[in-house]
Amino acid sequence: MNTYGLLAIYRFEMARWFRTLVQSVLSPVISTSLYFVVFGAAIGSRMAQIDGVSYGAFIVPGLIMLSILTESISNGSFGIYMPRYSGTIYEVLSAPLSPFEIVTGYVGAAATKSVLLGLIILATARLFVPFEIAHPFWMVTFLVLTSITFSLFGFLIGIWATGWEKLQIVPVLVVTPLAFLGGSFYSISMLPPLWQKIALFNPVVYLISGFRWSFYGISDVAVGVSLAMTFLFMIICLAIAWWVFRTGYRLKA
Amino acid sequence: MQPIISVSNLTKTYASGFHALKGIDLEIRRGEIFALLGPNGAGKTTLISIICGIVTPTSGTVLADGHDIIKEYRAARSKIGLVPQEIANDAFESVWATVKFSRGLFGKPPNDAYLEQVLKDLSLWDKKDNSILSLSGGMKRRVMIAKALSHEPQILFLDEPTAGVDVELRRDMWDMVRRLRANGVTIILTTHYIEEAEEMADRIGIINKGEIILVEDKRTLMRKLGRKQLTLHLQHPLERISPELAHRNLELSADGTALIYTFDSQQESTGIASLLRQLNELGIDFKDLNTTESSLEEIFVSLVKRDAVPNGLAATGGRA
Repeated sequence: MNTYGLLAIYRFEMARWFRTLVQSVLSPVISTSLYFVVFGAAIGSRMAQIDGVSYGAFIVPGLIMLSILTESISNGSFGIYMPRYSGTIYEVLSAPLSPFEIVTGYVGAAATKSVLLGLIILATARLFVPFEIAHPFWMVTFLVLTSITFSLFGFLIGIWATGWEKLQIVPVLVVTPLAFLGGSFYSISMLPPLWQKIALFNPVVYLISGFRWSFYGISDVAVGVSLAMTFLFMIICLAIAWWVFRTGYRLKA
Repeated sequence: MQPIISVSNLTKTYASGFHALKGIDLEIRRGEIFALLGPNGAGKTTLISIICGIVTPTSGTVLADGHDIIKEYRAARSKIGLVPQEIANDAFESVWATVKFSRGLFGKPPNDAYLEQVLKDLSLWDKKDNSILSLSGGMKRRVMIAKALSHEPQILFLDEPTAGVDVELRRDMWDMVRRLRANGVTIILTTHYIEEAEEMADRIGIINKGEIILVEDKRTLMRKLGRKQLTLHLQHPLERISPELAHRNLELSADGTALIYTFDSQQESTGIASLLRQLNELGIDFKDLNTTESSLEEIFVSLVKRDAVPNGLAATGGRA
């Protein structure tokens, strides 16, 4: 095990985050806070409760998830795409590092950033909206699992992308719509029956549902299913990452 | 002694179908400076990239200090430092942070005193807190070398280290390479500058179209393949070479003031003595003379221009 190597990558990535705190922390926190101000404090008071939870509080878990997904993918993809783009990847590839160590370094750093960001947004939300967390352990579990899974997903996008545009395609065209339609702002049960069924094909539904359950004990799908789906998605990403390093896809000629 | 790098039957075919390497066999001796020469696209960088783990070989094996570069990649790679051809740096990092990163990446515990020495040797110490972005091109290249040396490699690859580098830096680099060799580091460099190989290398390998066409001790190579020329600076210019001298391999310089005699230094009789006697008889006086050996560059050009070089060429001392 090359611990020094793994830590070198991890620290390098974290250092980049601290160098760009305004962009990497402040901007997602501000944009999410705007949602809390508009939907929580302003409009929220005129909206009906959902399953006994005030609307402002209801959207907190969904909005945190939305930020986590976006930031995980962005950090995970940028971390590996940047050295590919600048050419510095040669050093990582020529170092005595196993694929596991490389992935852990990059993905671990991206996930750490997401978890920290999630906690910061959570604390910020508390300033605008009153809420309580029913299952803190599971809240953290979902937060960590989702951060790791989507950082890994981002890592794969960063390996697949051959240009800056491709780097943006998946987050903008796939993840953001799925997150908005995945129940960030509403309960799936509020949809017409047909759309409720279609929504079950949206993986983000499971993430948000499970995360919201850890706050208020209410969920669209059983929490066990949410947990299983999160793991399933992580395993798929791990399998693809394994294939990438086995074949050298986009990394080694 | 066991070679420090042993390449056997190495091939590489890229996805495009291009055969970059066609069965390379090569042994690098411990502690030597080995220069790999070859025209653009000959396979130099592909060969180095495979040994360093950046490119996957199609077939064949490579041992670095006895370790298979694929099966025992950790042991193999930790011994190798690479300075690639292209400058690629993390622009926003400081010099110090980037060399620390490189050392960690190769699994070595921190050793600030060693890194300080590396930066001092490369005249980078006073720039250690600068971001790489702010450095000049030559300084950036020094950073690349510092990164490669940060983990105390036994084997150092320098891929075109002095391409586009000013004279001062080139001199510094050569000094550094000699110091490293004195410390027991094996150095493999590729270069376009033949004089670099001529000045630095112990042995020379020539690669062309994915094949090693020659590996030879530099001095032996230059002696075996070298043509020598004797230039006689004449007291009185000649208009043409007189018929009595026609059978000799002589040329007259354009202004008629020098006779140039080309001979093979390996021959039993070089013909110099009889030539000088004959000139004396003909009353052709000269005021000065000198001999020159053909440079490695001439040898190199004549070798790669041939499509196929006879195998026995180097061994028989045939003329290039």
